[in-house]
Amino acid sequence: MTASVETNGDFKENLGFRQKLGRFFNVLLLICTLVGLVVLTVLLVDVALEGGSWIRLQLFTNYHSRFPEKAGMKSGIVGSLILIGLTGLFSFPIGVGAAIYLEEYAPKNWLTNFINININNLSGVPSIVYGMLGLTVFGRMFGLFEPDSWLVKVFNIPVTTGMQGGWQFDLFGIPGLAIQLPFGRSLVAGAMTMTLLILPVVIIASREAIRAVPPSIREAAYGLGATRWQTVSTQVLPVAVPGILTGMILALSRAVGETAPLLIMGAFTYVPFLPESVWDQFTTMPIQIYNWITLPQEDYRIHLAAAGIIVLLAVLLSLNTIAVYLRNKFQVKW
Amino acid sequence: MSADQNSNNHDIVFTTKQLSVYYGRQLAIRDIDLSIQRHKITAIIGPSGCGKSTLLRSFNRMNELIPTARVEGQVYYNEKNIYAEGIDPVSIRRHIGMVFQKPNPFPKSIYDNVAFGARINKYQGDMDELVERSLRQAALWDEVKDKLKDSGLALSGGQQQRLCIARALATEPDVILMDEPASALDPIATLRIEELMEELKRNYTIIVVTHNMQQASRVSDMTAFLSIDRNDLEARIGILVEYGATQRMFIKPEMQETEDYITGRFG
Ligand SMILES: Nc1ncnc2c1ncn2[C@@H]1O[C@H](COP(=O)(O)OP(=O)(O)OP(=O)(O)O)[C@@H](O)[C@H]1O
Ligand SMILES: [Mg+2]
Repeated sequence: MTASVETNGDFKENLGFRQKLGRFFNVLLLICTLVGLVVLTVLLVDVALEGGSWIRLQLFTNYHSRFPEKAGMKSGIVGSLILIGLTGLFSFPIGVGAAIYLEEYAPKNWLTNFINININNLSGVPSIVYGMLGLTVFGRMFGLFEPDSWLVKVFNIPVTTGMQGGWQFDLFGIPGLAIQLPFGRSLVAGAMTMTLLILPVVIIASREAIRAVPPSIREAAYGLGATRWQTVSTQVLPVAVPGILTGMILALSRAVGETAPLLIMGAFTYVPFLPESVWDQFTTMPIQIYNWITLPQEDYRIHLAAAGIIVLLAVLLSLNTIAVYLRNKFQVKW
Repeated sequence: MSADQNSNNHDIVFTTKQLSVYYGRQLAIRDIDLSIQRHKITAIIGPSGCGKSTLLRSFNRMNELIPTARVEGQVYYNEKNIYAEGIDPVSIRRHIGMVFQKPNPFPKSIYDNVAFGARINKYQGDMDELVERSLRQAALWDEVKDKLKDSGLALSGGQQQRLCIARALATEPDVILMDEPASALDPIATLRIEELMEELKRNYTIIVVTHNMQQASRVSDMTAFLSIDRNDLEARIGILVEYGATQRMFIKPEMQETEDYITGRFG
């Protein structure tokens, strides 16, 4: 037994056992930490071995092909990048706007509370549910633009039928500002669904960033005669932006890896062309990988899929690196 | 109102009438009647939690930033009730600057800190000139004139507080409210702030909350002593116990309670 400095009547110190228990948990917790890391490392090594030699130029320059040696994921890479860009474009203003409202403007009442609870709940909804939502709302628009819908009949909308059916028109009559209703299987439909999917996370992260701005800064601005919007836009937001961007990028990197909602929305697994506009069909990296894994040939199933995973991981890693960089570089040190 | 009082009104910046402030249902200060004289330094003293900050924040409607706070009664600023219907608190705060207990410069350059208030209020004059003048008035110019582009956060605590004073001066206010402006500072920095207040008194009216009796007696012309209402200690309601010229208050207070507090027998 470890000698304790002094023994005294009413205390049964039992130091030896307590220290042993401490050491036991030290080791146990270390093992818990390592389990995840070890499995991940094994996975990465496996993927690298299987797919490393398949990372070649054609992976980036070719479409999917009947011959594994010629197959690439060009349309998937481009599709993913555009999808992410659009998703960022949609979710940034909405998410940050909602966060600003909830943090700086909303009165503290039951409605605000209710909204808070639901935003937290929404962030836990499985992505496949968002896929179904996206399909109904954006993809099909409740069938409102099918030839026999009441809307089409009442307003005499000139709809077409078929794969890309629906109503095409130029917004404000300006050529090029094309709109297509419903959004169907387009990049717009996918990006809007992804926006819904990541919006709760973006809002929560942005709120945390805004809340981390010390109240004394707001008081100082108000004290000088700033309006609420002047305070928010000139003092609070600039300080919160690095945190907001970090959360935004991490949310986007979740969207990059999502497959299920896009599959539900009818994204194609084989798209041998690049989208020419945001109304075009598309595919993404995870869908391409998923497609390869389902093929019987080993070259697709194992090697190309592994190569695709490496590229996907590389994109994810760079996004996360950017997030960490932004946080470290621009965060205000008080 | 007699003619005599009317001429006196010229020297009165603030008059509070039956001013009470609630936080939720809790009454924090009750029925404060007080007149603040122009170009004087008025000290607000009293034990912790008696509502000094609450009273101070009523003068520029800062209490409204606290969702639960509610104000009853009137505060007349130059004979206009600032709590009257249709008065925008934003329009008041430019004229009534505030310096807080903890220095709170913006995480921006020294220059931008000072220029902020002027910019948001669409100052039309020469900004460089305004920044220099404000920093000079705050006795900070010589220390920072070569590093106006540096962050305000890179200054020492005492310098930061003088930067906050300069920032408040740059909106060309009429009154400056100070809530324990030196409590986070060392004795030398405190002394500089006190000298500065003495200096600023010529052009501004200053109301300062302080816990430091020596400070109150050194710098202030008038002293308001707030305390917890003794008739209802449970409720912890702040009331104005005594108000008068500092000299008289510190030498011969009218109320026993004031004397106890000033001499440190209670507090
Ligand atoms: N934001 C708030 N919400 C609820 N109650 C508050 C709030 N701010 C102050 N109070 C209450 O109002 C009373 C007066 O507070 P105040 O800060 O004005 O006192 P003070 O005299 O400035 O004290 P100190 O000398 O410690 O700064 C206290 O009882 C305090 O608990
Ligand atoms: Mg206080």
